[in-house]
Amino acid sequence: MTCAPSPRASSRRRWLVSFSAVAKRYPGGQEALRDVSFSLEAGELAFLTGRSGAGKSTLLKLIPAIEHPSAGTVVVNGQNVGALRRAAIPYLRRNIGLVFQDQKLLYDRNVYDNVMLPLALSGQAAAEAARRVRAALDKVGLLAREKANPIELSGGEQQRVAIARAVVNRPALLVADEPTANLDAESAARVLDIFVAFNQVGVTVLIASHDQALVERYGKRVLHLVDGRLG
Amino acid sequence: MNAWLRQHAAALRTALARLARPPGLLSAAVIGIAVSLPAGGYALLDSLRGVAARVTLEPQISLFLAPQASRAQADALGKVLRADRRLSGVHFVPRETALKELSEVQGLAEVVASLGRNPLPDAFVVTAQADSLDSLAADLARLPGVAHVQADTVWARRLAALARIGRLGLGLLAALLGAGLVAVTFNTIRLQILTQREEIEVSKLIGATDAFIRRPFYYLGLLQGLAGGAIALAIVAALLALLNREVGALAASYGSGFRLSFLSAADAGATLAAAGVLGWLGAHLSVSRHLRAIEPR
Repeated sequence: MTCAPSPRASSRRRWLVSFSAVAKRYPGGQEALRDVSFSLEAGELAFLTGRSGAGKSTLLKLIPAIEHPSAGTVVVNGQNVGALRRAAIPYLRRNIGLVFQDQKLLYDRNVYDNVMLPLALSGQAAAEAARRVRAALDKVGLLAREKANPIELSGGEQQRVAIARAVVNRPALLVADEPTANLDAESAARVLDIFVAFNQVGVTVLIASHDQALVERYGKRVLHLVDGRLG
Repeated sequence: MNAWLRQHAAALRTALARLARPPGLLSAAVIGIAVSLPAGGYALLDSLRGVAARVTLEPQISLFLAPQASRAQADALGKVLRADRRLSGVHFVPRETALKELSEVQGLAEVVASLGRNPLPDAFVVTAQADSLDSLAADLARLPGVAHVQADTVWARRLAALARIGRLGLGLLAALLGAGLVAVTFNTIRLQILTQREEIEVSKLIGATDAFIRRPFYYLGLLQGLAGGAIALAIVAALLALLNREVGALAASYGSGFRLSFLSAADAGATLAAAGVLGWLGAHLSVSRHLRAIEPR
């Protein structure tokens, strides 16, 4: 697992995510992506922009094999995602932190248990798991709210819980789909700052957003989707 | 503790928590009532078989000699009978003893006294294996000196047939209710999967394996079956205790200490195990059918 760029990363480029000539056609004929090619270097942060319906969510879903490409190849961490056996997909996903617009938190348990979920999957020892959950909550500034139910938190706080859950397994790659869409400007900026902070310690980050102005403030690489094509 | 054990412990805890919530315990009660019928029936049949065994295990055949047969002829016949390997016991009843026994029966003493002579023949009472009773009786009737053979085969046959019907009926009932148990578990697990839909989806998104997601449901099916089996045993014990009050009084009036007995430890264990296995099977069928359909979009 790559948490910090290796000394060689600067001399020899290492692609963590690589799309080549990827197309995605949904049953019914709708073409969501056409001939998409790009690569993300290990340790890079990039934004994916475009109007709603441009194909941002579809592109992101191809990375953790939630969707499969109709043509072309998606390679993540050296693995051809489209060709993965069903049984291998969970292990791919454990190395990718996913953050969604609607957070997908579980409201039948508190913040702490939500963040614990990825560690429970892999059968982490309790003491080590507790330490990691608290470290993740600390990084998103919610250590004091670990006993709260997510429903008691604001939208921005819920999104930060989702980020803590995404990073608790120390993934090499963070993928976020419109993480700021439902947030006020201040909360949105705070959430994006957290992603930038993770990127600074070596995590590769890809964030989809329709908010061009917000994205441009960070001066990072921008992939722009128009009608399923990269512009 | 390694990761594998920790995951199983966690799945077991989750399953226990889910069992404690509706409809977990209600389903266990339904299973318990369903299982108590064949289990209780088996306990009854087993108790009755104990009684029947004492009557039929060693069926008796009575051989009556001709009234004018001499004691020497009777001795010769006795030798032949004792040499017969099909017979497990040979008991000679001299005609004097038979008359004495008859006169001891209440109300018959005067009748016997008025006879003036002994009308009873010498007799042998032999015991034999149950299955060869009819042909054996026919063979014995052909022996020299034997005037009449009386075998209690009809009674033995009827009892054996009734016991077979009882066992077959219980077997069919157990099969039907076993299928019912599987169906009840199938449905409970289906409802559980529906209520856990969000959790299953999120778990799949963050890298849960199929085994991880299935595990708590398997445990739930197993635990629900075991709980149902335990409830069934409790129901059977309670019903037998109630029945035994009346059965005890009835048996006492016949001078018997007969009681309906609870299932043996092995049978009780088998009932629990069968309920557990069927619960697991119901969970397996339900999980295989319903879990694949839940994929994150």
